[in-house]
Order: sequence, then C-alpha cells, then structure tokens
Amino acid sequence: MAALSHALTVERVSKHYGPVRAVDDVSLTIGRGAFVTLLGPSGSGKTTLLMAIAGFVAPTSGRILLDEMPITPLPPERRNFGMVFQGYALFPHMTVAENVMFPLRVRKVARPEAERRVAKALALVQLGHLADRLPKQLSGGQQQRVALARALVFEPSLLLLDEPLSALDKKLRAELQVELKDLHRRVGLTFIYVTHDQEEALSMSDSIAILRDGRLVQEGAPGALYERPATRFVADFLGKSNFLEGHVEAVRVDGFAYRVGPLRFVQSGMAEGLASGSAVLVALRPEKVAVLGVPPEDAGINTVSGTIAAWSYFGAAFALLIDTPIGRMQATVPAWRCPVEPAEGRPVQLAWSAEASVRVVAD
Amino acid sequence: MRAAAPAQPFAAALPWWLLILPALILMLAFYAYPLGEVLWISVTEPEPGLGNYERLFTSPAVQRVWMTTLRICVITTVITLLAGYAVAYVIVSSPPGRQRWMFLLVLLPLWISVLVRAFAWVTLLRRQGLINEALLGAGLIDEPLRLIWNEFGIAVGMIHYMIPYAVLPLYAAMRDIDPRLVPAARGLGASRFEAFRHVFLPLTRPGIIAATVLVFIFSLGFYVTPAILGGGRTLMVAEYIKLQILDLIRWGLGTMMASTLLAAILLLLAVMARIVDLRRVFGQG
Repeated sequence: MAALSHALTVERVSKHYGPVRAVDDVSLTIGRGAFVTLLGPSGSGKTTLLMAIAGFVAPTSGRILLDEMPITPLPPERRNFGMVFQGYALFPHMTVAENVMFPLRVRKVARPEAERRVAKALALVQLGHLADRLPKQLSGGQQQRVALARALVFEPSLLLLDEPLSALDKKLRAELQVELKDLHRRVGLTFIYVTHDQEEALSMSDSIAILRDGRLVQEGAPGALYERPATRFVADFLGKSNFLEGHVEAVRVDGFAYRVGPLRFVQSGMAEGLASGSAVLVALRPEKVAVLGVPPEDAGINTVSGTIAAWSYFGAAFALLIDTPIGRMQATVPAWRCPVEPAEGRPVQLAWSAEASVRVVAD
Repeated sequence: MRAAAPAQPFAAALPWWLLILPALILMLAFYAYPLGEVLWISVTEPEPGLGNYERLFTSPAVQRVWMTTLRICVITTVITLLAGYAVAYVIVSSPPGRQRWMFLLVLLPLWISVLVRAFAWVTLLRRQGLINEALLGAGLIDEPLRLIWNEFGIAVGMIHYMIPYAVLPLYAAMRDIDPRLVPAARGLGASRFEAFRHVFLPLTRPGIIAATVLVFIFSLGFYVTPAILGGGRTLMVAEYIKLQILDLIRWGLGTMMASTLLAAILLLLAVMARIVDLRRVFGQG
C-alpha cells in the first residue's frame, strides 16, 4: 500500500460565520509524508480547518493547494482524501467488508480487484476475520480500525483524522496511538490529525500546529514546542507551566535578570528587545523545578522558599503545590528520588537553573 | 376510587384480568360481536353459502370496484410517500426551532375535519373553482379541466389527508441517522446522489415501510373523501359497501365486501410482518 505522498499548503485561509471568525487567516505547509496535528481547545477552529481541507466547508477567503494544484473549489468527493470521522461514521447497514468496499464501489473498481484490495486493507488493520460482521457488533477499537481501513483502501492522497480516538478509554487510546503511528510509517501517507488532547499530539506528531480562537499560534516539532513555547497560551496548553510575571532588572550578553515581587531571578538567553524595566513573562515547567530540603549552594541558581500546600501521588511521580512569596507554584518530582517526604505545611526550597525556564509572550 | 385506597391488599389479591374486564366486555359487545355478525351475514344472506364471495370472481361490477380501489390506493401511496419523504427530509435538515413550526404546519390538517377538507377541495377543483377560473382567466386553457368527480380528485384529497401519516414515521427514521454518515460517504468519494442512494435511503427503509403500510391500509378503507370528491361516479370499496347496505339493502353483498376488505388488510399486515419486524417499524423495537 505504498502510496505517493503529497504536500498540502494552506494559504491565508479564513472562514467566517457572520461575525464569528472560526478560522482566521491561517497559513500552514504540511510536508510530504508528515504526520501533522492540528491541536487546540474546543472552538479553536481546528475542526473547521480540517473540514475546509476535506472540502465540507468553503473558506471565506484563501486557498488550499495539494502540491501545486489549487483544490479549494473541488467538492469533497473529488479531492480523493481519506477521512476518519469523530465517532467513525461507519455505515450501520453494511458489513465491515461492505464498508471498506464503499469507496471502491463508488469509484467503479471492478469486483475482483475491489475484493482483493478490501482484503488487503482489512489485513493491514488486522481485521480480516471480522469482515462479515456489522459495525455494531464490534468494539470501539475495532470500529476505529474499520474506519481506518475504509479511509485507506482507495489509496487517498492524504489521510484526515478528526479526533479518531476521543471516544475510547485511556488504555485503548494509548495502544491505538502506537498503532496509528506505526500505520503512518508503513503506508507513508501524509496524515493530518485533529485533537484537543495535548499528550496525543506530543506522542504521535512530526509537527504540531496549535490553534486558538481561529488563529495559528505556533507550529513546530513537538519537542521544540514543548521546550520553547512562544506564548503563555502554548506553554499552558501543551503540558503545564508556572508563570513568573516580573520586570527586567538588567540585560546581559547571555540573558537577563528580572525581579518578581521581592525576589530576583536570572534567565539565560532570550533577551531580544528587552530593556531594563520592561515587563517580562517567564514560563517554567513543573518537572524542571527541583524540590530541596535545604537551599542549594550554587548561587547562580534561582531559588524560592515555600511550604507544601497540597500533594498528589501518581506512582511514578509526586505532583506538589507549593505556596511561595510569589504565589502558588507547581513542581513534579520523580517519586523514587524525591528528596523530601511530601507533607502539607512542610517547608521546602524550590530551585531551577537559568536555562530551565523560557521567556514567553503574554497573550 | 374512594374504596380502592384502603383496600390495597384486596386489590392485590384480585386477578389482574378483572381490571380489564369492563373494557373487554365493551369491546366484545360493540366491536367483536358486530364484526362476527358481519361475517355471519356475508355467508347467510340472501341464502346460506359462499354465493356472495363467488361474486369476487364472477361479477364485473365488484371486480371494477376493487380494481379502482387498488389503483387509487397505489397512486395515493406512491405520491404520498414521495411528497412525505421530501417534507420529512426538509424538516430533519432544519434547525430545531424551525422544526417545531414545520411540524405544526404538517399536523395542522389533522385537526380539521376530513369533511371540511373534502369540501374545501371541491371549491378549489370544481368547474367554476379557483383553479379552473384562474387557468381560464390566464388563457392557458379554453374550457374547464375535469379535476373532480373522478379518480384524480379522489387522489388529490387522499394524498392531502395522508401526508402527515407518511411524514411522521419517515421523520422518525431520518432523525435517527447519524448526521455524519452522508458527509462520510462524500468524503470517501460518493457524489451527492450516490451518498443518498447507498447510505441515506437504505437507512430510512424502516420508515418507508411503516409509512407505506400505514398510508396504504388507511387508503383502502377510505370513505368520506372518495364519496365527496368522487361524486358517486368513481366508487371505492367503502362507498360501495355503504351503497349496497343502505341504499340497495343488499346486506349479503355489502358484508362480503367488508369482510374481504378486512381480510385483505390482515393479509397485507401478515405479509409485511414476514418481511420486516413490524414492532421495530412502528418504533417500539
């Protein structure tokens, strides 16, 4: 099932519903064979953008190109994109095999050839033995695989997936994430995946595009987005973050020093456009905060003292909430090497290096 | 009622069928007994035997009435189904607020007496009626069209009456269809028509069957509308029965036709029950 993969370009696409801008001037390039995730909270326009790519929603302005060819005026059935809908949208009156056969039937593929391809597609998702069942006789995970086989059987130019795992329980979802990623590698198609689940996006994608209120906020590889979020929204939505709001005290060649309330911290790099006195926002991941019983000796490290306000145990880690003079902070510590026994009211020292945090834009 | 509350233990000891006994007696006395009587008369008048039923095969007049009835019923059912399907589809695709208004408009005719509606059609369709006058005035026709006192008039009146009965089961079937299925079909390469033909239409099949059974059976025994819009010239079964019994006092022939009508309807339901699960079709599955 090796297919020629295609690139997709979204060029300044907007979709307005009256005064509501569901998608607002989004430009995006999706490379050949990439697994790209459109990530955002509900109402961010990610599904509308996917529907515009699929052809169900006509953009108010802008163009969509498949490789070099504009596809904006084409109806969905002429775009030759595979699509897996939220809730799968399997045809309840057709068997698994008939469902998978459907795209070939409407393409008038000859019967023997169609049957051969259906068998191949079902084998690809390991469902050959269930070909004669009806969708309602299958489990959620199996239905999801049927939807995948149906979307892949006609060798589409792209595969679009609209929250395909959202109806499944957590464990099954994790399994299917691995399967989907594996499938992506085997078929070599370009996948465009929509989800509101940031963990799903991080674990599966080659690239993530984060949307908010119809606008593209940031785009990049999962690691780059996680380590260097550009805005407060991204830092908060993709994983968790502590936010330190302060004013710049001094700008240096290798970074800057800033003051939050009574405390002074240092940040390495990211000093572009800053001057002494300007407001600055710094995001700090909870897992990058060290929780110590005594203050560290290295003076180049940022520290703040506080008391544990609440804690939870997750097996692998402790999540702590710590009250400090600059507000409540979160810290995540691997449980097996937590240096202090978590207890409410226990005084602790929080410490992080100048490279651990990132400066973000307040939005 | 006053005695029932303190007598709870006594009520519990009562056989359950005693509770429906009054209703049962009422049904037996006023429904089953006259029905049995009808069957009885059909094989005893004017002389004992199956002579009346023989007419089904020998009398051209009886056969003509049956053929007319079946023809009008088939035409009515087909057109009602097509129109009802379109109406139900439009309602289902409308936003919920508007759906309520559309339902009101569909159901409104049900609250108007069938007699009033039949006469309303007379005023529209007769020679000097609104339609003929308008067409004449516009110069589209030279003499009035014969829109009434024939099968056309009967069909118009019956279709108008039956549409709500087609819309309701069709609407119920369409409402249960996942709204993503048709877009899914189109995303997989089906044109609008193919998506309708292979996905939407098959999924409304229970509704289509329910509407067909309902409309066809109702049409078979229809009396008021054919009597008024047929003007006595086009006879359907129900009117023919009335004619035989009340005007010609031929009870044997009339009751034979009534029994045959009943048998035909039961036969139809039996055949339908073989093909589909009727309980599911009528929404109790």
